Amino acid sequence: MSTAVALRESYDLAVIGAGPAGLAAAAKAARLGVDTVLLDEQSSPGGQIYRAITETPLRDRSILGADYWRGADLTASIGDSGAQYVANATVWSVSRECEIGVSIGNVARIIRARRVILATGAMERPFPIPGWTLPGVMTAGAAQILLKSSGLVARNRVVLAGTGPLLWLIAAQYLRAGAEIAALLDTTPRENWRAALPHLPAFLTSSYFRKGLGLLRAVRTRASVIRNVHSLRAIGDDRVREVAYRTRDGAEQRMPVDHLFLHQGVVPNLNLANSIGCGHSWSETQLCFVPIADEWGESTVEGIAISGDGAGIGGAEAAAQRGFLAGLDAACRLGRIDHTRRDREAAANRQALQRAERGRAFLDLLYGPRMSDRIPEGATLACRCEEVTAQQISDTVAIGCTGPNQMKSFLRCGMGPCQGRLCGLTVTELISRARGVSPGEVDYYRLRPPIKPITLEELAGLPKTDAAVKAVVRG
Amino acid sequence: MFRRLPDPGLKPVMLSIDGEPVTASQTDSVAAALLASGRVSCRTTAVSRAARAPYCMMGVCFDCLVTIDGEGNRQACLVRVREGMRVETQQGKREAGR
Amino acid sequence: MASTDVLVIGGGLHGSSAALHLARRGARVTVIEKDYVGRHASGVNAGGVRRLGRHPAEIPLSVASLELWYRIADLVDDDCGFEHHGQVKVAESEAELEILRRRVEQVRAMGFSHEELVDREELRRLIPAIAEHCTGAIVSRADGAANPYRTTMAFKRKAESLGVRFEEGRRVTTLVRAGKQWRLETEPGGAWEAPVVVNCAGAWADRIAAQLGEPVPLEAWAPMLMISARMPHFLEPVVGATGRPLSFKQFANGTVLIGGGHKGRAQRDQNWTDLDFGGLAISARTVWELFPVMRSAQIVRCWAGIEGRMPDEIPVIGPSSTSEGVFHSFAFAGHGFQLGPIVGSITAELVTTGKTNVPIEPFRIDRFLRTAT
Repeated sequence: MSTAVALRESYDLAVIGAGPAGLAAAAKAARLGVDTVLLDEQSSPGGQIYRAITETPLRDRSILGADYWRGADLTASIGDSGAQYVANATVWSVSRECEIGVSIGNVARIIRARRVILATGAMERPFPIPGWTLPGVMTAGAAQILLKSSGLVARNRVVLAGTGPLLWLIAAQYLRAGAEIAALLDTTPRENWRAALPHLPAFLTSSYFRKGLGLLRAVRTRASVIRNVHSLRAIGDDRVREVAYRTRDGAEQRMPVDHLFLHQGVVPNLNLANSIGCGHSWSETQLCFVPIADEWGESTVEGIAISGDGAGIGGAEAAAQRGFLAGLDAACRLGRIDHTRRDREAAANRQALQRAERGRAFLDLLYGPRMSDRIPEGATLACRCEEVTAQQISDTVAIGCTGPNQMKSFLRCGMGPCQGRLCGLTVTELISRARGVSPGEVDYYRLRPPIKPITLEELAGLPKTDAAVKAVVRG
Repeated sequence: MFRRLPDPGLKPVMLSIDGEPVTASQTDSVAAALLASGRVSCRTTAVSRAARAPYCMMGVCFDCLVTIDGEGNRQACLVRVREGMRVETQQGKREAGR
Repeated sequence: MASTDVLVIGGGLHGSSAALHLARRGARVTVIEKDYVGRHASGVNAGGVRRLGRHPAEIPLSVASLELWYRIADLVDDDCGFEHHGQVKVAESEAELEILRRRVEQVRAMGFSHEELVDREELRRLIPAIAEHCTGAIVSRADGAANPYRTTMAFKRKAESLGVRFEEGRRVTTLVRAGKQWRLETEPGGAWEAPVVVNCAGAWADRIAAQLGEPVPLEAWAPMLMISARMPHFLEPVVGATGRPLSFKQFANGTVLIGGGHKGRAQRDQNWTDLDFGGLAISARTVWELFPVMRSAQIVRCWAGIEGRMPDEIPVIGPSSTSEGVFHSFAFAGHGFQLGPIVGSITAELVTTGKTNVPIEPFRIDRFLRTAT
């Protein structure tokens, strides 16, 4: 296993994140002769979608399904590609000059690269319902990770709630693992069909259609699915004990629950890109911020490329293809191959990418969460870390805090350890709605390193530089 | 309340949580081991002393903070269990010097 | 095109303070701010409310400003988070203690008594967590700290309640004479006229000064700060050191702020700062050695504001040397926060009466004309 000591001072290319995009980019670039390091904070490769693929305790391959196991080849390919794969490496800073602050086992280092590819993937969209911080309430992705990594399945009263293809996948995986699901509360807004309909033809001819249909059927036959759910509430004291919900205009229903798994889609994990100053823009179809990048993944900061779901949600296969493209481009920009060869080799990847993205627009629009599920009210916590409520945020807009950064200074929302990962979109949309302007205009927290906390000890242990000693000011 | 799918191939790992012995499995994160042991929460918050538990299991929520071998505020979902590891749940603000 | 009595360029603390004090004297004021109020140094500094250790020229202003701080709620209807548990500058050796001893004598000789030398025992009584090797300190007992963004916003809101207009998101492009008025144009489009202009444009103030034919060698600076996760309470006063840079405080919520002067790189045209982790590492080692309790601390964020600095590290305050009706208040080099209340008052006094009793000679803008590049 690599340690901070084994990490060299500099590389041609540093790839951050060993999910499908990172694995693809690193393997591709390394095979073309680029001196590449692949840094990942988990202890084994695969990112989230292929989590634990090299070591899952689940012997029965049918539980997780064929799509998951397709990741095995991708993960294996890093081994003989020539790239140096470093696990348990938490990257906490990347500068615009491609200096990378990374910690391995409590030792921090700064390493240099000529180019960086950010492949930090996606995370689940926040789902701020009343009571969402109660023990026993987790994301559906968390349930999946416990299943994949540890073969653990929740028992007693298990309820899944939300919308999105991943919710159905996880439900199906859970059922195949022999779990019982008391209910799947489907919050997909009925009216989404209208916006999604024009994209139906592409969806019907995509791989999502057949797979999706299979998942839906599998789940509906073995679990109680309640549709048109809204106004979810998690109720409990020291842990969740009941979930409340409404359907259409009906009265509030309640059911006892031991585990409530929430999910309403995934969004790019932009913290690292944001902290480097990479530009982003608001996507009205995906209801999140997406980095600004060209067709190879090059961001608005020279030398920094963004690939995979972190560049825009597309799923594992699309992420891998984008990774290959970013790897090709890196090899070209670093002088290993010329433009002609790059473009020629990229053609197959572009075709595969197009195929992989087919049908996504339909899914994005069909499963776009409703505003009231994205934007909380009253005493519901918007910022979990600092326990800031939706009401506090609305009230602070009224006294003149017009953006998330001012809000952060006033209320401390976004100042906790998660650095806005679970409140950023919520706070932006709260302000957006209060002011009556678009989320794009409100923009997002301005993030700064370290993007993951580091100890004073790690920081103090960084090697001294002459420049730093000189650059001291009094006062 | 989680049950484990049977797997005879995996090694058990013995650790302690708040002084009590717990048997985990070799691929578990500390968060998984904590949940598998039947515990429902792992800390209370600094602001309001509310109970919190692992939420995302992937290192973005920072709710799974525990003290591991004397070092506080570790993300339990990102640390693999190790034989003899001492895990402690956290109350409120991290204690100085730990 | 709008016309008013005074145009203030820059909506930081100094711009907002000048606007407030001018409004209190009956002037109609418009503040032109290129981003939003408190966006830069004013909103992100360490919040030190400090008389301790000031450059001699600043001491009279700083002493007067502290009196305003103690009545800040009367001035801006907000206590600004101001707490006063003292500021302490520690000595780490006998040689450093001697430096502090001489400093106290110097300040006393000027007629000020706020800096007091204390020995090891008193230092440990004030700061039980300080490292064993510290030999003594200077204490300024009535000093403290406040919340910089909250303070800047409070000045803004009070000024607005008195009729001041804040135009945010407008960057001044040209400043020219138009008859008896000053005409100011912005990007995106906008134009204002007034007989009086106050230049509070911080790290960008040199551009305004250049248009007035009084160039200054201003450097855009990015002093770095970092903040820890919450820790149980162990510190009341704000702490600095003698032989190395440090600004160290613990907030009521338990987080610990570490600053003190290591520089990042400012890219002032992009509103961007590059952090230098080598410099932050030095700050971390300083804290490691002075406060052993911090050895288990976790740093959750680092940042750097964009601030203006003159070669002698004291600000520019006072009337323009070339242009009637123009006044300057900028380049506070990272220690302008505590001076905010008083300098706004001085500026308002200068604008409305033409003079001030506070000694501002050392801050003249034309002190650089011989050295301007």
